[in-house]
Amino acid sequence: MSLPLLLILLMILLAVGGYGIAAARQPGGSRRVYGATLVICVILLLLALARLLAGQGVQTLILPFGLPWLGAYFQLDALSAFFLVVVNLGGAIASLFALGYGQHERSPERVLPFFPAFLAGMNLVLVAGDAFSFLFAWEFMSISSWALVMAHHQESANARAGYLYLVMAFFGTLTLLLAFGLLAGADGGYTFGAMRAHVVSPGLAALVLVLALLGAGSKAGVVPLHVWLPLAHPAAPSHVSALMSGVMTKVAVYGFIRIVFDLLGEPVAWWWGGVVLALGGVTALLGVLYALMQHDLKRLLAYHTVENIGIIFIGLGLALAFQANLMYASAALALTAALFHVLNHSLFKSLLFLGSGAVLTATGERDMEHLGGLIRPMPWTALAFLIGAAASSALPPLNGFVSEWLTFQAILISPERPQWMLKFLVPAVGALLALSAALAATCFVKAFGITFLGRPRSPVAAQARETDLYSLTAMFILAGLCLLAGILPGLVVDGLSAAVGQLNGSALLPVQRSQPWLTLVPVTDVKSTYNGLLMLLFIGVSGFTAAWLIHRLASGRVRRGPAWDCGFPEPSPMTQYTAGSFAQPIRRVFGSILFQARERVVMPPPGDLRPARLEVEIHDPIWERGYVPVVNAVVAVSSRFNYLQYLTIRRYLGLVFGALVVLLLGMVLWR
Amino acid sequence: MALMADYLVQGCQMALMLLLAPLLTGWIRWVKARLLRRRGPSILQPYRDLLKLLRKEVVLADSASWLFRVAPYLIFSALWVGASLVPTFASGLPFSWAADLIAIVALLGTARFFLALAGLDVGTSFGGIGSSREMMIASLAEPAMLMMVFTLSLLAGTTELSSVARFMSTADVGLRVSLALSLLALIMVAIAENARIPVDNPATHLELTMVHEAMVLEYSGRHLALIELSSSLKLLLYFSLIGCIFAPWGMATAGSTPGAYLYGTAIYMAKLALGGFLLALFETSIAKMRVFRVDEFLGAALMLGLLGALLLFVSRGL
Repeated sequence: MSLPLLLILLMILLAVGGYGIAAARQPGGSRRVYGATLVICVILLLLALARLLAGQGVQTLILPFGLPWLGAYFQLDALSAFFLVVVNLGGAIASLFALGYGQHERSPERVLPFFPAFLAGMNLVLVAGDAFSFLFAWEFMSISSWALVMAHHQESANARAGYLYLVMAFFGTLTLLLAFGLLAGADGGYTFGAMRAHVVSPGLAALVLVLALLGAGSKAGVVPLHVWLPLAHPAAPSHVSALMSGVMTKVAVYGFIRIVFDLLGEPVAWWWGGVVLALGGVTALLGVLYALMQHDLKRLLAYHTVENIGIIFIGLGLALAFQANLMYASAALALTAALFHVLNHSLFKSLLFLGSGAVLTATGERDMEHLGGLIRPMPWTALAFLIGAAASSALPPLNGFVSEWLTFQAILISPERPQWMLKFLVPAVGALLALSAALAATCFVKAFGITFLGRPRSPVAAQARETDLYSLTAMFILAGLCLLAGILPGLVVDGLSAAVGQLNGSALLPVQRSQPWLTLVPVTDVKSTYNGLLMLLFIGVSGFTAAWLIHRLASGRVRRGPAWDCGFPEPSPMTQYTAGSFAQPIRRVFGSILFQARERVVMPPPGDLRPARLEVEIHDPIWERGYVPVVNAVVAVSSRFNYLQYLTIRRYLGLVFGALVVLLLGMVLWR
Repeated sequence: MALMADYLVQGCQMALMLLLAPLLTGWIRWVKARLLRRRGPSILQPYRDLLKLLRKEVVLADSASWLFRVAPYLIFSALWVGASLVPTFASGLPFSWAADLIAIVALLGTARFFLALAGLDVGTSFGGIGSSREMMIASLAEPAMLMMVFTLSLLAGTTELSSVARFMSTADVGLRVSLALSLLALIMVAIAENARIPVDNPATHLELTMVHEAMVLEYSGRHLALIELSSSLKLLLYFSLIGCIFAPWGMATAGSTPGAYLYGTAIYMAKLALGGFLLALFETSIAKMRVFRVDEFLGAALMLGLLGALLLFVSRGL
């Protein structure tokens, strides 16, 4: 029964988008729009949760619109339901945040119509049951999010980001279109059911995998297709950034899973998993290294999304490799890890983007070099951001650690793989994952430490105010969920089981609810186990006992004084460590080769009173080596053909005639 | 009844960790002083320092926030819990299933995360330099340690420490290249993570190369006492870890007689004394390296760890 209701709600969501055009001019209009999206998202969330917990099974619906005489197919199964939970949880929280944050919007008419449309687009992708509706919804999602990225298009950087996003989005849709074409085969069964039944030859199946990787990967931000993401995500208003980074990338992951795990059927060759695995490992490490080099808070978060997409793809790659070797129990672990990380990343990344939105409202700054000391004027925002930062640094007992732990267990679970390449690849990817986890912690010490700690580096940071209650509620709901998913991971794993079973020939992890103390037991209890609840309990009890005993028995006195700083405290906040200086050791260790980072001290000549300057030069290898040549080639070719615009009518006619002759000749020769 | 005994053993382990940590630090300092032909303070000096610091008032910088005051308790409890989960005198502790080796590594990460934030909190240049370098060191040391975990897990089939210790004390481990590589990697990581020479100098102040001490420069009174105790606990944790994985002899098993537990404790103390002596000897015989040589040192540890794991993926016999 839930699918028709769901579609009706999506229609209402679209109508809310239409109302948004009018609401933008009314006082309090944005409250009404965001209130409506909040209510609809909560209902959708509950529907999806009920569907997910009901177990496996598919519900389909054919509606008489879409392609003429063919109709539009919709379907709802456990996999869709899980991603619907992620999307609508993110949507509900972003709407709640926007109830407060949206008041500060300078041009609401550019945000209000597109926000509900964007939500509806993402939901539609998840319930699409044929290639046409899928691609239509996918494009709808892309275009509406593009409009949101362009909300502040007066800034030239945003306009550039929007252009790049548009190009990459169309490229992605093109590859997905081709992938669906191959899946449908010559008979052209364009519904998902027909595609599932249609057996694709191994060579073409590999091509479908590559196309799906390109199409879904470009939307999710897999290196080297990530270039648009760190520009476009931060350009949108912060609650939209949270949705794009936390949720839309997950819709892309859904697209990949749907095509590769579901429509394509069982993987034939082990190297499929190897390719996805290697790509995931590289994406994770490069994403976090790029993030460490950023000074813009929102851009740092966007690059960190790239890292997490890498972690998710590591899990998916492992699952493919296991399935190809018919190791379904291990594949269940890898899939659970990947889906768990999908949920976790959507929670903490939304939280962090909302936090950065609160900072942006309070200070008008995204550049960390102008922030600092915000923990004093904004203690609650700081606490919520800290929880998000700790969760994304994979610190126990929060949720980010659980999914990374599961991924590590999936790497370690069965070393006996028949393929030599996998034997080398899996531990190497494990090392990449370990490196990126450690670097993520560094990245978030930087993000939180420079933004919220220390002394204010600019007057705006000193005069910041705490954000409104709606925004704080939204952030603390997410922070609470981060903690809950961290201490009760077993319940989440049980919730995922229907989706995992659907993709994995019904092989599952053991039921976690019935484990003593709600311990997470991925395989059996003689193998590795983890209990976040006990971790929290132990840390909490020992910390509080220590504090109580010390204050009771020893000393509880505090005296305030100037900072010590080895006897040379300097009142100027300029002497603090900045984002750039914090990342300097990492830049020297990792960046000198990867980013060709060079530092140069420019000394004025003797007698000159100018200060010495430290100049840092950083290159983006992927952009400069991968994209700039392509752009240059396109420009070169088009300027070559530019003269075709200025021909006389005779020459145009000659050109048309020539083209006709060539085509006819081609036809004759081909036959 | 057996359950009560188990919990008692776990409680003993927690208390033992807390009691032994300053003693180990004092022992290493004493041996170092003797090797330098100084008389050196008593082994019990760290206890006296801690008591003195605990009774003093805290002088808090004007710009310090609540995080600065909460961090010492968090760091202390994370490290204490971590140290208590490593089998020392007995394997099969009742809560050993609550956190495996990966979780212990992550707990160390939690402590480090908050320590680095505390270093940035006051907004001084020294705090920043310490935090930034500590995180640089950690971002290489932590993966190196996880590679060691990989190797162990491939051999023992689990990442849970009690089972690993039980497995390592059986005869079918044998001499393996991969284990030797992991041991080397773990020792290198331990030296770096505990701010020992040649990576950092625990006895220095006012030196531009200091890392750990620069981070905690603003702490005083009871906060400093907790930070010092946490550092000692961390050192003890690494010693116990090396002992429990690579020298798991003499450990009592779950449900042993009290005599076996006492024997295990004595053996454990002997291991600590020997380890402390070796560390002191190593530290007095080597000079501190430049901070930007540390990445080569730890990069080598990471590569050794990865090599150990790779060897096992290729052949289980190595």
